[in-house]
Amino acid sequence: MSLSDKDKAAVKLLWSKISKSSDAIGNDALSRMIVVYPQTKTYFAHWPDLSPGSPHVKAHGKTVMGGIALAVSKIDDLRAGLLDLSEQHAYKLRVDPANFKILSHCILVVISMMFPKEFTPEAHVSLDKFLSGVSLALSERYR
Amino acid sequence: MVEWTDFERDTIKDIFSKMEYEVVGPAALARCLVVYPWTQRYFGNFGNLYNAAAIMGNPMVSKHGTTILHGLDRAVKNMDDIKNTYAELSVLHSEKLHVDPDNFKLLSDCLTIVVAAQLGKEFTGEVQAAFQKFLAVVVSSLGRQYH
Repeated sequence: MSLSDKDKAAVKLLWSKISKSSDAIGNDALSRMIVVYPQTKTYFAHWPDLSPGSPHVKAHGKTVMGGIALAVSKIDDLRAGLLDLSEQHAYKLRVDPANFKILSHCILVVISMMFPKEFTPEAHVSLDKFLSGVSLALSERYR
Repeated sequence: MVEWTDFERDTIKDIFSKMEYEVVGPAALARCLVVYPWTQRYFGNFGNLYNAAAIMGNPMVSKHGTTILHGLDRAVKNMDDIKNTYAELSVLHSEKLHVDPDNFKLLSDCLTIVVAAQLGKEFTGEVQAAFQKFLAVVVSSLGRQYH
């Protein structure tokens, strides 16, 4: 299920429309992930405040979306482009890769809420494939 | 037995009481067929599913999407016994329709995304959690009679 030229074009087009809201998207996606999937809180036990929109959550949402922006720019070779991030997730953060799927789903829900017209089924399938590719690239260095 | 909080019960009843079945049902099923194209295997007699536009405009997809969504009404009315409510439908999906139960999760993800688009800001994290819990119970019940 690799990204076709059509997928890449769709992702870049959608990203051009939503990227100015990327901080808000990151904040909402992470906030709701913590609420909808409480088991993900285990990775943030060191934050004093896990409530939606709290400073730590907001900042981290921004960080995550920065990673997504990087992935869009490296869409032609996600594996190579995200190698450093993969090393970080593998050796330092050690996030179970199942959670990539969870956060991806939350990102899709937020984009659907914020951009219902732009998030057509065609845009959806390409973005879903892209986020799956990003998740795979992030788990590259795990074992 | 599944425990529901008052918030969860109210949220589910609220979402379905305001639901535009003829919009959301078709949108969710069509989106599922586009985003997860292998699900088209169950709709061989639905005619033209060759591309996203064809799927979105297909009247059989529309009709079936509405049917599926109304199928959820039973669970909304019987939240305390969804398991038994869907026993027959589970047998149907297994013995007659031969649907891989993993597909139920795919459709429920698409339904979540369509409802999110409809409700916008109202679809808070808490509302999403309640909705996804409800759908997870439905999905589990539908898969229960498979053997």
